[in-house]
Amino acid sequence: MQQFIDTLILGVSFGAIYALMALALILVWRSTRVVNFAQAGQAVLSTYIGLEIHRLTSSYWIALIVAVIAGGIVGGLVDLLMVRPLSRHSGTGPEAAVAPVIGTLGLLAIVQGVVGIFWGGEFRKYPAAFSTDAISIGGSRIPFSPFDIFIVAIVLAVMVAFGFIFQRTGLGLAMRAAAFGSEVAQLAGVRTGRVRTVGWSFAGSAGALAGVLITPNVFLAPNSLDLLLVFGFTAAVIGGLESMVGGALGGLALGLGLAIVLQYLGSSFTFMAAFVVLIVVLLVRPQGLLGKKGARRA
Amino acid sequence: MLRIDSLTTDHGQVRAVDHVSFDVEVGSCTAVIGANGAGKSSLLRTLSGLVKSSSGSAHWGDIDLLKLPTSEIVRHGVAHVPEGRSVIAELSVEENLTLGALWRGKDPDVAVTKSEVLDLFPRLGERLKQGADSLSGGERQMLAIGRALMARPKLLLLDEPSLGLAPIVIEQIFHTIDTMRKATGLTVVLVEQNAVSALGIANHAIVLSLGKIVVSGSASDIASDESLRHAYLGY
Repeated sequence: MQQFIDTLILGVSFGAIYALMALALILVWRSTRVVNFAQAGQAVLSTYIGLEIHRLTSSYWIALIVAVIAGGIVGGLVDLLMVRPLSRHSGTGPEAAVAPVIGTLGLLAIVQGVVGIFWGGEFRKYPAAFSTDAISIGGSRIPFSPFDIFIVAIVLAVMVAFGFIFQRTGLGLAMRAAAFGSEVAQLAGVRTGRVRTVGWSFAGSAGALAGVLITPNVFLAPNSLDLLLVFGFTAAVIGGLESMVGGALGGLALGLGLAIVLQYLGSSFTFMAAFVVLIVVLLVRPQGLLGKKGARRA
Repeated sequence: MLRIDSLTTDHGQVRAVDHVSFDVEVGSCTAVIGANGAGKSSLLRTLSGLVKSSSGSAHWGDIDLLKLPTSEIVRHGVAHVPEGRSVIAELSVEENLTLGALWRGKDPDVAVTKSEVLDLFPRLGERLKQGADSLSGGERQMLAIGRALMARPKLLLLDEPSLGLAPIVIEQIFHTIDTMRKATGLTVVLVEQNAVSALGIANHAIVLSLGKIVVSGSASDIASDESLRHAYLGY
């Protein structure tokens, strides 16, 4: 029993990071109807930038802030320079839905290649803000470190901040309107193109943060965040792809589930398990845990 | 004044709007009537930039409507209520209204506009916090019009406000539009299949068939011309 509880605790901080990645994918999906495969590349690029800043300044916090800002800029640029032109040129036919997605897949390869050229392919360590050693309370070890507490706290703060922006500000209203009713939003005066780029930018920042938070517990290489993309996408699908609350719960559920798989089946099964979850959710409840029936239109 | 001159719009191979020309005086209401597929919606959608024109011109005062992206026309006093009770179902009633005035920023007049809209459609006031998807068809249409009025437009483009609504609701909505126009000097272009209701509140009317204007004149003349009614309006 104790071991099972330890396993669940282990899953919480990973789940929080999956939730963050899910948020990044949901933001883009809602605004653009594109599954952004390049998000893994954008996050890895931002994390390398963070690592570089850390090398120059020796400050975890400056590196974190620069990485998140860089992630936002890169996200906005991906929309402006690639996705928008692709959508425009592919018109309204069936290829219009596919071209930008294939574009993001190509961009993922390009970004990873460029990152490899600049920083090499070897595994790097990324520093943690706090100790990653397990905490002891009254002599018993809990598999939860101060850095895990930091991860959960910062992800919660980011979720609350996004929730506030979306539900309580004009920008958030414009973003939701542009996502759910683009034509009405435009007629109401919303500059939907700009609003969409802001969404890509927010997504880029969320993905960058996820990259910076997960790498101390794994390692950094040009393709090291591919797995995070898969887990983030699975979490987003569990939550129904439209809902940020759903994505957060999906991330947590996946984190706990994969921790159990890791504990009882071994690390070689986690990747497969994520895909099994993804496929089962799509078969059994394609609208996600919180999605309304028929809500998924692709 | 709204001046439309030889406006033409193509949807691929199909000419949806074919050299349409007409003027609308400030403060008047022009009904655009005709059968389904006559090009009425395409005409409005061209004016608001949702579809691109092939040739011709459209000016509201000295503003060239065909040069403006859709998001900008409302900043020049032109509000378009598209066909099909177009509200955003995922937003609350209040958010739909707020959306209509979002571009006005912190203008203190927004609150005044909102209370005027709620006076016009008291049903919306009772449902501000509800999701727009919980509204009845008539209430949705009121919300769609209310959203447009939140911009304090000078020119209102209304696309089939009667579509799918019960006669009593249609009467209510048309009465509201008519009262509001007379009270505020709003200019209205009203696209309708429901010719009787539309002609009842319009000053002028044009009849479209296959994208072309086949008849234009005063609303009362057209309403009383029996052969015209049989030929184009189906009653």
